[in-house]
Amino acid sequence: MSEPTTMPHDPLLGRITWDSIPMVHEPIVLWTFIAVVLGGLVMLAALTKFKLWGPLWRDWICSIDHKKIGIMYIILGIVMLLRGFADAVMMRIQQAMAFGDNLGYLPPHHYDQIFTAHGVIMIFFVAMPLVTGFMNYLIPLQIGARDVSFPFLNNFSFWMTTTGAILVMVSLFLGEFSTSGWLALSNLGNQNPGVGLDYYIWALQLSGVGTTLSGINLIVTIIKMRAPGMNLMKMPVFVWTSLCTNALIVASFPILTAALVLMSMDRYFGTNFFTNELGGNPMLYVNLIWIWGHPEVYILILPVFGIFSEIVATYSKKRLFGYTSMVYATVCITVLSWLVWLHHFFTMGSGAAVNTFFGITTMIISIPTGAKIFNWLFTMYKGRIEFKPPMLWTIGFMCTFAIGGMTGVLLAVPPADFVLHNSLFLIAHFHNVIIGGVVFGLLAGINYWFPKAFGYRLNEFWGKVSFWCWLVGFWVAFTPLYILGLMGVTRRANHFDDQSLQIWFVIAAVGVAIIAAGIGAFLLQLVVSYFQRDKLRDNNGDTWGSGRTLEWATSSPPPVYNFAKTPVVHDVDAWWDMKKHGYQRPTKGFEDLHMPSNTGAGFVISMIAMVLGFALIWHVWWLAIVSFIGVVVSSIIHTFNYNRDYYIPAAEVQATEDARTEQLARHV
Amino acid sequence: MVTATLLMLVIIVPVILLTLLFAWKYRQSNNEAEYDPEWHHSTALELVIWSVPLIIIIALGTLTWITTHKLDPYRPLDRISETKPLDPNVKPLEVQVVAMDWKWMFIYPEQGIATVNELAAPVDRPILFKLTATNTMSAFYVPDLAGMIYAMPGMQTQLNAVINREGVFRGLNSHYSGAGFSGMTFKFHGLSNEGFDAWVQKAKDENTVLDRDSYLNLVKPSERHPVTRFSSVQEGLYDRVLNMCVEEGKMCMHHMMAIDAAGGAAYMKAAGLNLPDDVCSVENADQVVALMDQRALAQQ
Repeated sequence: MSEPTTMPHDPLLGRITWDSIPMVHEPIVLWTFIAVVLGGLVMLAALTKFKLWGPLWRDWICSIDHKKIGIMYIILGIVMLLRGFADAVMMRIQQAMAFGDNLGYLPPHHYDQIFTAHGVIMIFFVAMPLVTGFMNYLIPLQIGARDVSFPFLNNFSFWMTTTGAILVMVSLFLGEFSTSGWLALSNLGNQNPGVGLDYYIWALQLSGVGTTLSGINLIVTIIKMRAPGMNLMKMPVFVWTSLCTNALIVASFPILTAALVLMSMDRYFGTNFFTNELGGNPMLYVNLIWIWGHPEVYILILPVFGIFSEIVATYSKKRLFGYTSMVYATVCITVLSWLVWLHHFFTMGSGAAVNTFFGITTMIISIPTGAKIFNWLFTMYKGRIEFKPPMLWTIGFMCTFAIGGMTGVLLAVPPADFVLHNSLFLIAHFHNVIIGGVVFGLLAGINYWFPKAFGYRLNEFWGKVSFWCWLVGFWVAFTPLYILGLMGVTRRANHFDDQSLQIWFVIAAVGVAIIAAGIGAFLLQLVVSYFQRDKLRDNNGDTWGSGRTLEWATSSPPPVYNFAKTPVVHDVDAWWDMKKHGYQRPTKGFEDLHMPSNTGAGFVISMIAMVLGFALIWHVWWLAIVSFIGVVVSSIIHTFNYNRDYYIPAAEVQATEDARTEQLARHV
Repeated sequence: MVTATLLMLVIIVPVILLTLLFAWKYRQSNNEAEYDPEWHHSTALELVIWSVPLIIIIALGTLTWITTHKLDPYRPLDRISETKPLDPNVKPLEVQVVAMDWKWMFIYPEQGIATVNELAAPVDRPILFKLTATNTMSAFYVPDLAGMIYAMPGMQTQLNAVINREGVFRGLNSHYSGAGFSGMTFKFHGLSNEGFDAWVQKAKDENTVLDRDSYLNLVKPSERHPVTRFSSVQEGLYDRVLNMCVEEGKMCMHHMMAIDAAGGAAYMKAAGLNLPDDVCSVENADQVVALMDQRALAQQ
């Protein structure tokens, strides 16, 4: 039975009191807050000084251009990466020092919030926005479309995702964050009364709306907006993996939403779905969350497999080996990802037959995944490999990910899992596939497509420094965790009695420092490249000279309409095929182009929704009612906005294309 | 596990070596290497890259099937150690484990004692753990003894194990359960028969009773709870913990479920079953279940 909340409640302020502000008694939070305020003030001042408020609002916040939204998703992901990584550093420092009598510098309540926040941020607000950002930016370009199917929805999805991230950040300075782990598996039974779990629920619910809508949007885009001639088996592999990912998103996120709704009902209305009483059962929650949670990991990795497929073909200057088997492998993984969720809790005692079933289905996934690795391998075979940073990331990924896959299959053997479950071996395994797979892939992708988005390449030296720091840092940080896991050390502990373990944690902390250098080098790479942008300029559009897919057919950065004339596709790797057959860029005979108009509605509705989430977290009922009405009314008002589209006149298209003709002529 | 790793290395090692080899051999500056930009299909290679992993997974799957069934924690042991067979006359030592926020309680029904945060067992005698939790899901894990198993409120899991050597081993909760989680550890003593008797006697000498009152006191959340011993345990306490009805006047879960399964108390009364007024007590619930059985027989 859920206890009525013991926190004081004020009709005006809900549960907010002076004590809700943790920096009053936590110096770490206080200093972070001061730094954030100062940084924020500098940014506001800069925006005002350079008169950027107008352009920021018109060209970015209100933008419904899929390219700008994609870039904003990626910026959100990178910003949140810094926050999530700061949490990781704090955890590693705590675990490196808290032995024997030394309890470390973080009290359990703070430490528990940090590892929860680390997981939530890295999955929901780093990996998801980055992956969604890539899909947003690339899918319309790769299928030869002007934009996504529902451009306004795209803007709204982005802002809903961002509101979730903002709520997580607010929890740092007002109240607390959840202490129940990134899937809130713990402490369900006792209905922990604080606001932390409510922050978790509403941050995920709001961003979940964005993720689901963007999934629907991208599926429709891929199905309906492909250029003439591009049938399903001629789509770029990245589009295929994105299609499967978005199918997984649309099918799995409602499960997360439903599980969180049931949990909210337990917390707000005193129902007993996941409590220990009156027929409630926390194990029901564990099952539901993993039925969503396992497809989620494939949601993250599949698009990245697509990124690697594009990169390996481009830098080997050779057609991807086994396109068809690559597609079928992707589809296999998509289907199988629904049949394995129970491997996250073999130790629940489901019995040998059930455990065997889920163990073997898990192993079967390694077959299509292995086939993919072989396909990349044989793409390199008889190629002409150019070792640009994206290709280095790819090779680093292939070696690292293979080992992560192996430890994954090992964990899928139930008797091994009974020994290794919840241990640091598990932590090392999933970081091995998420860092070695998803993060490497995203950084490779950023290096690969940055010139397409901004018109200049990234500095190679700093890119290589970043790669080597990440690769070495990853192995230094996580090999000790594999070893500790084999020694039976559990995850999420903030203190250890056994002094002999300390050395491993110290080595892991050194690894994190090396990764920090890798992140630093990446940021430096962005800055240095900006200053060298004239030298690094891509005047051709086909930056790497061996581009294969349609995004390389247009200029860098692409014009707002992407393609002046919709390309016609005859083969996989449409642009490679066009180059081979002496394709001539159209230079005249353009028509007016029908384009969607910018609107601030997505931003406004999302911000009101964020206030709604905030009010629900703090039980400020009047504000919740007002903001709920606000969401409904502003949505209705938006439906009366008939000013949704405009035409780019043919003359303007002609001018833009002429400028490109001239640019190409100047730089032959 | 070693076999599984070796099986997988059959494929992982060549993949990594080939990756590095191809990366080196087909580097751009090596003009002597063959370059064939249109080569993208080979049925023979495709067969190999799908079938070799498939064969390995079939082997691994078989291994998984066998070991998962053999090492199922619910399955009674079939030997004491690699060299010692099982004596069918020895009854396993039963230990009832209760995971609390944030400590472990162990009840020994055979010896009639209970301890907190200390566990012991005689060497080479099979142990049958029955586990539950009071509030938060936890996992019982003694790495030197057996694999881990969840302890969950309102549910019971089982673990069969045996310790083959004397010594003091580390035991812990291996499933994060909140603020006191890191300190939720205990020592597991593998003892000789005499040593175990002495250990039991130590608890018997305490003269403390674990009854419903002292249990309710103990169950309140606490961190790094000192080792505590109880010389006797109230009859049926573990069943009440498992069915979440230690508090006076609370209906036990298994009774609630039995009544619900029969259509609910109101339905049963309407169907003419002569139910006692208080179906919620332990004694009456047994009566209810017996009544239902009779009815089922009568209908046949």
